[in-house]
Amino acid sequence: MIDLAFRLPPFNVRVRSDFSSVADHVADLYPALQRLDSASFVDFDIRILRGKGHRRWLGQQARFLLDAQEPFLPLPGSQAPALLEWGLNWSIAARPLGYLVLHAAVLARGTDAVVMPGFPGAGKSTLCASLAFLGGWRLLSDELAILDPGTLALHPNPRPISVKNESIDIVGRFPGAAVGPVYHDTRKGRLSHLAPPRESALAAEETARCRWIVFPSFQRDDEHGWHEEISRAEAFALISEQSFNKERMGEQGFHALCGMLDGARCFQIGYGSTAAGLELIDRLCR
Amino acid sequence: MPLIATAAGSCGLLLDVLAQPSHATSLTPPQWTALLAAARAANLLGTLAARLTDAGIDLPPAPARHLWGALHLSLRQADSVRWETHCIARALAPLGTPVVLLKGAAYVLTAQPPARGRLFGDIDILVPRDAVGRAELRLMVHGWTTGKSDPYDQRYYREWMHEIPPLMHVRRGTMLDVHHTILPLTSRHRPDPAKLIARAVDTQVPGIKALSPLDLVLHSITHLVHEGELHNGLRDLVDIDALLRAQCGSADDWRVLAERAAELDLEESVGLGLHLAARHLSTPVPSEWIERLLRNRRSRRMLDWAYDRALAPAVESEEARWAGLARSLIYIRAHWLRMPPLLLARHLGRKAWMGWRARTAPATP
Repeated sequence: MIDLAFRLPPFNVRVRSDFSSVADHVADLYPALQRLDSASFVDFDIRILRGKGHRRWLGQQARFLLDAQEPFLPLPGSQAPALLEWGLNWSIAARPLGYLVLHAAVLARGTDAVVMPGFPGAGKSTLCASLAFLGGWRLLSDELAILDPGTLALHPNPRPISVKNESIDIVGRFPGAAVGPVYHDTRKGRLSHLAPPRESALAAEETARCRWIVFPSFQRDDEHGWHEEISRAEAFALISEQSFNKERMGEQGFHALCGMLDGARCFQIGYGSTAAGLELIDRLCR
Repeated sequence: MPLIATAAGSCGLLLDVLAQPSHATSLTPPQWTALLAAARAANLLGTLAARLTDAGIDLPPAPARHLWGALHLSLRQADSVRWETHCIARALAPLGTPVVLLKGAAYVLTAQPPARGRLFGDIDILVPRDAVGRAELRLMVHGWTTGKSDPYDQRYYREWMHEIPPLMHVRRGTMLDVHHTILPLTSRHRPDPAKLIARAVDTQVPGIKALSPLDLVLHSITHLVHEGELHNGLRDLVDIDALLRAQCGSADDWRVLAERAAELDLEESVGLGLHLAARHLSTPVPSEWIERLLRNRRSRRMLDWAYDRALAPAVESEEARWAGLARSLIYIRAHWLRMPPLLLARHLGRKAWMGWRARTAPATP
C-alpha cells in the first residue's frame, strides 16, 4: 500500500497503489525523494490499482488511472511499477501544461545541456546511463525533454532510467548503479529500471539550456564510430518527429522548438560501444 | 443550488467558480487540485480557464499552467475547426445545397459565448436529407471515410438515426458527423429540419451556414435531454446557460424562444432543459415559461432525482450513491424517446449481445 505525494520536478505527483511492488519501486529508485504534505497542489493524481471484478482473481492485473481516466488497457500485475513509469510519461506528454515535450534524453554540464532524441533502437538509454554514471554528466531525463516555451529552459525530470534486454547487464556494472527488479515479457522485452544518480536527483530544480542536439545510433560492428554535423533545419525536421505535442501547441510549439535550436550545434553520431559513444559526446559537446 | 453537491463536492466547487470566478482567489492548493480535476472530468477546463482569465483573476503558478494549457489547446482547436470548415466548404460547395454547422463548430464560426475555452471532439453539420448521399460521396472524395462497417451499425444510422455513421478524415484524423435532422427519425418528436435550415445564418466561411443563435440554444437543449449517456452533460448545460444568458435578456426574448420551441415540436424538451439550467446553474429563466413548457409534472421529480446524480462527472470512484441507477434511468428514458418500444427492445438486446461478445473476446495486447 502506498499513498504518497512527492515533488517530481517540475511537477507534484500523488501516487496511490495497492501493489507493494509500486511502493518498493518508488522507495528504491527515486533517490532524494522530496515528500509533499497534504496541503500541496497536485499536478498528476495517479493510481495503480488491481483489476476489477473477476479479474481480481483470474490472473492479477494492474490498471493505471490518472484522476478517474483510464487511458490504457491493464497490464499483468507483475508489471505494476513499469506501468507507473509508462503512465507518468504518458501523463506528462498528454496533459497540456504549456511545455513542449519531446521524446529525448537530456543531460547537462552545469547549465549546458545535450538533447538526444530517441529513435527506437538507437541505444539512447544505455548511452544516457553511461554519460550520467561514467561521464560526469547530470541527468535531466532519459525519456522526456520538457521545454518551457517562454524561457527556453529545459526542466529536469529525473526518474528511473528504463533499460532493456542486454543493456540491463551493461548498466548494472556501472559504479554506483542501483538496478531494480527485471520485468520479463513486457511489450518492450526484458526491462528494468536504473535509479538516477543521487546528485542529479538533488539538482532536479536546476534548469538547463540546450547547447547540443545529438542523434545517436548504436551500430554494433562500428568500432571507430563516426559523427557528422548537420544543419539546424535538418535537426528541426528530425526532432519534430519525436515531439509529443508540438502539433497540438500550434504556433507556440513551432516557436519553442526553433528557440531551442537557436545557437545549438547538431550532430548525428554512430558508435559501436559505450566507451566510444561516451568519448564522442565528450569531444563534440564542449 | 441543489445539484451535484450530492456527488463529489468538487463538482459544486466547479459550478461555483464558473459562476463567480472571484471565488477562486480564496482557494487552498488542495481545492485547486479538486477544482481542476472536476473541470477536466467535465470537459470544462478550457471554459474555466477562459472565465478566470477574462475576470482578471490572479492565479497561483502551478494551477495556472493547467489552465493556460487548456486555453491554448482550445484556441488551437478553434483554428483547426475553422480550417476543417474551409475544407468542408471546398468539398461540398459544388453541391449547391445548404450546409449548416451545429454545436461547437457553430459557436466558433459565429462567435457565440460558449466558444471561448471550449474543447472539441468533432464537427457536426446538417444537410437536407435528400442531399446526404451526394454529400457523403463528395466528402469521401475529399478524404473522409467511415469506420462503421458492420451492416447493423450502418442500418442503425441510416434507417433510424438523425445522422450517418461518423466520418474520419484519413490524413488529419478529424471527425465529422453529418446530420439530416436533429433527432432520430424514429423519435417521438419531429422537429422539421427545413425550418432550421431556413433560419440558418451566414458564417465567416463562404458557403457554410450555422444554426441561428436561437436554434443553437434549442438544439443544445434537445441534445442534452435526449442524450442517454451524459458524458458531457454538465458541459452541455454550461453551454446552454451561457447561450441563454446572452440571448434572453427581456421577457419578450423568452416568449420568442418558447414560440420557436413550439414551432419545432420541442416544447417538452426545452421545458426540461430550461428547468435543468435554472435548477443547477441558476440561469434566470422566468418560472412561468418552465411551467408552460414542461407540462408533465408527474415525471419531474423522478427526472430531478436522476439528473441531480447523473450530471456530475465521475471524478473519483467513490462517486455519489445511486449515480449508476440515475444514469441507467436517463439512458432508458433517452432511448424511450428515441425509438418505438419494439425497435427499442431489439436495439438494446443487440447492444447487450455485442457488449457481451466484446467483453468475452480475447483481449488485444
